Amino acid sequence: MNFDFSDDLNQLRDQARRYLAEHCTSKHVRSVLEGEKSYDGALWQGMADMGWLGAAIPEEYGGAGLGHEGLCIIAEELGRVAAPVPFTSSICLAAEAVMLAGNSEQKRRLLTGFAAGMHIGTLAWAEGSGNPRESSFTPRLVGGKLTGTKWPVPDGGSADLCVVAAQDEAGRPILALADLRAGGVTRTALETIDPARPQARIDFAGTPAEQLGAAGEGWALLQSVLDRAAVLIAFEQLGGATTCLEMATAYAQERYAFGRPIGGYQAIKHKLADVYIANELARSNAYYGAWALQTGAAELTLAASSARVSATEAYHLASKENIQTHGGMGFTWAADCHLYYRRSKLLGLTIGSAGYWKNRLVTELETRNAA
Amino acid sequence: MDFDDTNEEAAFRAEARAFLAANATLKSVAKPVSRGRHIRAEEITRAKEWQAKKYAAGFAGITWPKRWGGRELAPIYNVIYAQEEELYAVPRGVFEIGLGMCIPTMMAYATPEQLERFVGPALRGEEIWCQLFSEPAGGSDVAALRTRAERDGDDWIINGQKIWTSGAHYCDYGIIVTRSDPNVPKHAGLTFFFLDMKSPGVECRPIKQISGTSHFNEVFFTDVRVPDAQRLGAVGAGWKVSITTLMNERLAVGEVPRPDVEDLLALTRMIDVDGEPAIRNVAVREKIADWHCRTQGLKFTRFRTMTALSRGQTPGPENSIAKVVNASKLQDIASYGLDLMGAAGMVMDPELAPLHALFQEGLLFSPGLRIAGGTDEILRNIIAERVLNLPADIRVDKDKAFNQVAHGKR
Repeated sequence: MNFDFSDDLNQLRDQARRYLAEHCTSKHVRSVLEGEKSYDGALWQGMADMGWLGAAIPEEYGGAGLGHEGLCIIAEELGRVAAPVPFTSSICLAAEAVMLAGNSEQKRRLLTGFAAGMHIGTLAWAEGSGNPRESSFTPRLVGGKLTGTKWPVPDGGSADLCVVAAQDEAGRPILALADLRAGGVTRTALETIDPARPQARIDFAGTPAEQLGAAGEGWALLQSVLDRAAVLIAFEQLGGATTCLEMATAYAQERYAFGRPIGGYQAIKHKLADVYIANELARSNAYYGAWALQTGAAELTLAASSARVSATEAYHLASKENIQTHGGMGFTWAADCHLYYRRSKLLGLTIGSAGYWKNRLVTELETRNAA
Repeated sequence: MDFDDTNEEAAFRAEARAFLAANATLKSVAKPVSRGRHIRAEEITRAKEWQAKKYAAGFAGITWPKRWGGRELAPIYNVIYAQEEELYAVPRGVFEIGLGMCIPTMMAYATPEQLERFVGPALRGEEIWCQLFSEPAGGSDVAALRTRAERDGDDWIINGQKIWTSGAHYCDYGIIVTRSDPNVPKHAGLTFFFLDMKSPGVECRPIKQISGTSHFNEVFFTDVRVPDAQRLGAVGAGWKVSITTLMNERLAVGEVPRPDVEDLLALTRMIDVDGEPAIRNVAVREKIADWHCRTQGLKFTRFRTMTALSRGQTPGPENSIAKVVNASKLQDIASYGLDLMGAAGMVMDPELAPLHALFQEGLLFSPGLRIAGGTDEILRNIIAERVLNLPADIRVDKDKAFNQVAHGKR
């Protein structure tokens, strides 16, 4: 049994944690949350320089070739500090989509830039309310030009490239890759629950775009990309949930009420024990997802769904109970609790909410039992 | 990451598989056994025969010293054997306490002559042991126990009552913690013994549980004479010895109590909600997914623990969550299954109730699981204090003589 990360990857984790402790404090998160920037450019460049962005990209395409387990570690560490960078969008969604669906020419042309942080990618599936649904994507790619609207698009304001769930001339579902630097694009920043991870509305009006993967397979490809992203984002969520428990525990040890630390009262102890339990279950499910992603196992969809559901619920629980444990102080702008509360909900929605993933999970269980 | 054994582990697993295949019946082909039964005499005989077979094949005392008939293997091998054995319908629940808790305590405190006398018969399944800790007035607060031990020459005289003793009526020997001095604070006045359960003055009465069955006993002690030579540890050091016993609680091997997710999947295919199979219903699907994530989360938590063992590390506290999660999950799944059945959920006749009334049995069995072996509340305290380092509860009895501590009428 070898169901844990290797020593080498744990060293990567230590290195990442040290770097982020210095370069991604809550001050850095707040500079994006409260300021005009859409992400922390210095941190993003630092991550590229250390090879984190290309952790899962093969060396032949300019990546570090550490495999997806390495990327999971990076995601968890970024989650711990609520990093204000377009990591989920560019690496977990866009680069994964190119690796999964792109032809060799596209991979050669695009992946190096993702790994180096030279261009930022994103993936646009949503068109207003609702979870991902087959045959629901309206933008059309006709003669290399994309027309239609998507919102919310994560990091849509800063992205250079956008993978779009769309249809081709014949109405078949496809993934299109649009170049947002070219003409025919209108981006509108949206006010959101977590400005440290901005969202935009994008109107495509004849935007230059190319097809990614085979025509007619757009829905299957999108689901596969979301499965892969679900595992990676589960680690980001897990990192955040872990920080919330650490913050709440530390505060409960220091804060006195009725003559003793509040952490001595069972109302707090049992609450935080429940958060610990949820986090451990989420961690174990996320590890299974990491294994399935790394090895390309047939169980990936089931593993990714479990990881996603567990991590979404654990982060939600940990972030709200972290505020609750902090009492009135936890509700202030000055305390850092809200950075995680916002992020937990944002990550819980970005690739479809828990309901979508629960349904996908049970569909998988049904197929497996029928087989 | 992978789920592979090392070469040594794989060889051991193959050996265990071969032994089980040759000597036991797979659960998947065996007749289903209801969990609610009373253990009968012929089942004790079967359990003893099975233990003897395991001993002969080298699968009893896997981690024990060779001089006591063990194999001196690392704890991971216990888990591997348990994983394999779990697939088979073999007698369970008779030797776990004796071999998991009582004999290891003996190994730490008994004399070489006593060990010579008792370890072999226990390992070979010839003698069964029980553990006598809990009392009517000492459950979660077990150190509040009141069973008295008074010195009388070379003997001690024991008077009082123990409760929740599994299998006391068929056990040969037991380990017991008693109050030898009520004039000092509660932890300081305890003394620990082992004793012959057939001693004059020991009386066992089964407790009828809400499920209607009886797994546990009350054990009454009336002037029971125990030689001082059967004392384990110093006079007044009984708490320390008790901790040794409790530290030896076996690593949970992951038998998931049923009904679980697979049973719920089966049920939701059999039962209709609003004119279609329940499994098509969105609300039902969300519930199934939630419980699947818990069951799988525990399974992979166990794998993480096994990994630590396999790497020669001490496992972290992750595994401490298993019982808290499993017990409530069982209760919730059982209750939800009955909800899906509607009014018919009340019916427990195995001929009528789906899956031979598995869900009804689960409903009546599950409350005990949330209490036995550490209540949900005590386990959450343990997680909060030992894992999260939160302050201990206030203990107003800590420095008081035991006989000055307030106690209720119950």
